Amino acid sequence: MPNKRGAVSAWLLASLLILFTILTVGAFFVLKWRPDVASEHGKGVDKMILYIIFAAGFIFVVGHLVLSAFLVKFGGKNGATYKPMTHRAEMLFTIGPVVFMVAVSELGVLAIGGPVWNQVYTHQSGDLVVEITAKQYEWISRYPGKDGKFGRKRPDLFDDQENPLGLDPKDPDAKDDIVIRGAVYLPVGKGAWFNIQSWDVLHSFNVPVLRSKQDAVPGLTTHTRILPTVIGRYEISCAEICGPGHYKMRGFVNVKSEADFYKWLKSQVGWFE
Amino acid sequence: MAIAQAARPGTHESHVHDGGHSIGFVRKYIFSTDHKVIAVQYILMAMLMSVVGLGLSLLFRIQLAWPGKAGMTPEQYVSYVTMHGTIMIFFVVSLALSSGLGNFSIPLQVGARDMAYPLLNMLSFWVIVPAAAIMILSFFVEGGAAAGGWTAYPPLSALSGFGKVPRGSPGSGMGQTLWLLAMALFIVSFTMGGLNYVATILNLRARGMSLMRMPLTVWTWFIAALLGLLSFPALTAAAIMLLLDRHLGTSFFLPSGLVVSGQQAVNAGGTPLLFQHLFWFLGHPEVYVLVLPAIGIAFDVLAAFSRRPPHGYKYSVGALLIIAFLGMIVWGHHMFTSGMNPFLGKYFSISTLLITAPFAILGVNLLASLWRARIRFTTAMLFALGLISAVGTGGIGGLFLATATADLHFHDTYFVVGHFHLMIGVVTMTGTFAGIYYWFPKMFGRYMNETLGKLHFWGTFIGAFAVFVIQHFQGFGGMTRRYFEYSADYVKPAVALNPAVTVFAFLAIAAQLPFFFNFFWSMFKGKKAEANPWEATTLEWTTATPVPHGNWDRLPVVSGDPYGYAAGPDGNAHRMQNAEG
Amino acid sequence: MNPTAVTGHEAASEESEPGFYGTSWQKLMMWWFIIGDAILFGSFLAAYGFARISAGSWPDRTQMFSMNFITVMTFTLITSSATMATAVAASRRGDRKAAFNFTMATAIGGIAFLGMQAYEWYHLIHNGARMGTNPWGAPAFGAYFFTITGFHGSHVASGVLILLITAWNAKRGKSGPEGVELTGLYWHFVDLVWVFVFGCFYLI
Ligand code: HEA
Ligand code: HEA
Ligand code: CUA
Ligand SMILES: [Cu+2]
Repeated sequence: MPNKRGAVSAWLLASLLILFTILTVGAFFVLKWRPDVASEHGKGVDKMILYIIFAAGFIFVVGHLVLSAFLVKFGGKNGATYKPMTHRAEMLFTIGPVVFMVAVSELGVLAIGGPVWNQVYTHQSGDLVVEITAKQYEWISRYPGKDGKFGRKRPDLFDDQENPLGLDPKDPDAKDDIVIRGAVYLPVGKGAWFNIQSWDVLHSFNVPVLRSKQDAVPGLTTHTRILPTVIGRYEISCAEICGPGHYKMRGFVNVKSEADFYKWLKSQVGWFE
Repeated sequence: MAIAQAARPGTHESHVHDGGHSIGFVRKYIFSTDHKVIAVQYILMAMLMSVVGLGLSLLFRIQLAWPGKAGMTPEQYVSYVTMHGTIMIFFVVSLALSSGLGNFSIPLQVGARDMAYPLLNMLSFWVIVPAAAIMILSFFVEGGAAAGGWTAYPPLSALSGFGKVPRGSPGSGMGQTLWLLAMALFIVSFTMGGLNYVATILNLRARGMSLMRMPLTVWTWFIAALLGLLSFPALTAAAIMLLLDRHLGTSFFLPSGLVVSGQQAVNAGGTPLLFQHLFWFLGHPEVYVLVLPAIGIAFDVLAAFSRRPPHGYKYSVGALLIIAFLGMIVWGHHMFTSGMNPFLGKYFSISTLLITAPFAILGVNLLASLWRARIRFTTAMLFALGLISAVGTGGIGGLFLATATADLHFHDTYFVVGHFHLMIGVVTMTGTFAGIYYWFPKMFGRYMNETLGKLHFWGTFIGAFAVFVIQHFQGFGGMTRRYFEYSADYVKPAVALNPAVTVFAFLAIAAQLPFFFNFFWSMFKGKKAEANPWEATTLEWTTATPVPHGNWDRLPVVSGDPYGYAAGPDGNAHRMQNAEG
Repeated sequence: MNPTAVTGHEAASEESEPGFYGTSWQKLMMWWFIIGDAILFGSFLAAYGFARISAGSWPDRTQMFSMNFITVMTFTLITSSATMATAVAASRRGDRKAAFNFTMATAIGGIAFLGMQAYEWYHLIHNGARMGTNPWGAPAFGAYFFTITGFHGSHVASGVLILLITAWNAKRGKSGPEGVELTGLYWHFVDLVWVFVFGCFYLI
């Protein structure tokens, strides 16, 4: 009885699903779907993402093809031809997906993702150490100066204009610390190890072009490592809600050639100098 | 006999001597203990709250597509997003799907006269009412509604401005307190509901209804209830601690050395990450609490409209149990970039990816349930079919996010937003709609209009899919979430897609109008339905329509599998679950 | 086919499947409530452990508490578990009077415990402990101590209330053995939680 219309519905839904699959896959070719990448581990992150795109894309495409095919084949048919499956077949239909899914996902993360993850969280000797301090709604970076030591931060000395890091003028380590508001400077081709802190609430140090994202947590120092590979000026956009000004909490990472970077560093004077 | 039955729950004499005496309107429709009435109350409540939730999404979608056109401030933007998320998850999907449809079909599908403890059932609904009222009222207090995200991460959410605690943002004031109170009431209600579900399913099944003869829907509600009971206490603890931090000067989540807008806080010794652990210990199981019943409904609806049993019943049940178990030990995948030990990050990545395996079983079983079927494209069936596609698509997003290395790029971008809307928005809502179209004839004795239903389906499906798939691409582009406005250069290509997203969101939201109209119109004017309009085989279809008080004159005795659909040239052969022989 | 067709056995009082391993639904609900509540306490205690480990040093317990006093407190509560068990046994036997007496004794034990806890709180507050600060070290101590013992205390208080109602009902014969047993389950749970609280705050 409902067959003509059933067949129409089947074709309609099936073509919609196919169209939707084609559009989704096609979008990868048409859109600029990812920002440029300018860091060493960033390439690894992209490789990881690409791997999942293929693995997941396979499931996505096959799943929708099967679904559409079933709709067309069994929609609007008169008689059902259902026969119970044998236990063996049923079991295979269960073990198959499990093995496939576990193999595809776990192998990907272990073989490609793991090493990149380690890269991001391992402090290597010779890394430039940079401290990032977040506060509503600003990024402040600090370099240890000539002595290579960061002075202590004291909440009681905090002053938004005069002393945004609460440095102690009497602390010899703090004297030559270089404090930059709203920007970070890095030499290209050299690893930088970040100590990330926050004065008030959670923030996230997020530099999409460097594929870097690390929360700033008050009361805790978090870390991440970046090795920039391309000279340029990259935007930081805070990636953890921190209040109504969250959207405007921005800053820049300036990646310079090594020579330029050290020239810049020399030209800077300490906060209390 | 009456005495013997009176000792059993839900079998008061009034059930037996059906219609012997009349009860007043208030007892019958307002303070009712009848699970069928409570179910409808929940669904109506969810529909009411969904107007608020959808309205908020409409407003902030306008702001995103055409900045400034919605006339809102950044403060309002974040609080609208927060309240949209909270209301949708806890007051729309939970109420309509878990509480509403669950209440309606659990007793009917297991063959019980009512919930184990009808009074508690009524109470749990009447606790939700003030919870919803408080949630809505919080828009009107000083500082506006909560604005710390639905995750309410401290310190932002703890910095209340009360006593010596500095103020973190306008929405962290009274609005956040009311948010917490409403959530506490929600938890109380949901716990009472969950206890009732578990007790009913374990103890009130009709004779012959062994566990492995329960419809898959009942299995999913059962597992969801257990999962909820095991995970909500962690949120309760976190909420209590957060309230104390906000009002009584404790420092559970507030560390030493805080300086908030120039003001130094006196707090000392707290750890903000602790909240995240407690929150996600609930939060992750909670998403399965919501999604599993939707998948269960899809199995039932698929079976009824493709005239064959769902594929691999046993394996589906096993997969559900494994999902529930794994769901409790993977919460850290929301915290890859939080500053948690990177070693833990690896562990959570690996364990989370394991969950894709049982999910793949469910996905394959859903697909295979169409093999050699005879599909009837009713509205309910269309929604169930849409659900298959949504589970697959949303789950694939989970694959990206669960890989910690890739999550470095995706965390807190619209990729996450797209992923979870497909799951928690589209899968759960398509499941709910499938359930509503499917059970409506049993609820109200009338069919819903199919033409309006199809309009509803196509609009919702096309609109919602477009919105949330495009959001994945915006996430690839690094577009951060909870942003009032975008100005960075790298994100320009992604932001350019925003107007399109908003237009599709209009479509999806507009498609709800025929549904709302259809629902109320069909209640009174729809085509009259017989007792078993879909020729389905589970127990709810064995009783008369409208369902009598007490559900059955005589409780059914189960004699077979829930899905007695059989082959045959006419394709109609089916065997009720209580059929003899 | 007649949709309401039912196969025989109508007269049987057993309409449903036997409950979960023969437990009544009331008991089942209580068990699940207890499991949930245990996870709630577990979350609190896990948070306490998390905070204590990340704080590094923790106030010295011998300085803050009088161990003898705490021992008496604990002993009182444990004893009340014993009287509760006796009450349950009595009501199973159908001995309403004994059930009433022992339930009342349990309630009195609970009240005594609450009194001692109030004294202990008073003592600590008097010595300068607050939710946010304390004179002995890590400031988080006060918050965890008062919250967790307070939360446990509120369970004891509601337990006492339930005990009094149960005792009253048992006396009038309105509450059968099942009612007393359910109350007993809850009471034993509250006592058990105390053992953990005791261990976490006073022993380590
Ligand atoms: C119902 C809700 C739901 C469901 C079911 C899921 C399912 C999954 N989720 Fe999702 N998730 C959320 C709701 C949900 N999630 C929410 C709300 C958030 C964000 C919270 C916030 O921050 O605000 C989130 C965030 C989130 C994150 C954190 C992202 C971040 O903040 O950085 C991660 C990371 O691992 C993740 C992973 C997963 C995984 C691996 C699954 C897996 O369970 C998925 C497994 C499924 C499959 C693998 C599909 C298999 C199907 C087939 C094989 C059939 C194929 C058929 C066709 C294609 C037709 N989710
Ligand atoms: C169930 C959950 C749910 C649902 C249904 C929706 C529905 C929608 N959501 Fe929402 N959303 C969340 C949960 C949900 N959302 C959460 C948790 C957040 C995160 C909050 C945070 O960051 O803190 C969020 C955030 C969020 C954002 C991110 C904002 C930001 O980060 O800045 C956006 C942006 O576009 C968005 C858009 C939409 C749109 C356009 C819709 C819809 O309009 C989509 C189209 C409509 C449907 C799919 C139909 C739904 C139908 C009903 C609701 C009818 C109800 C009927 C009955 C009860 C019978 N949502
Ligand atoms: Cu800082 Cu968001
Ligand atoms: Cu999760």
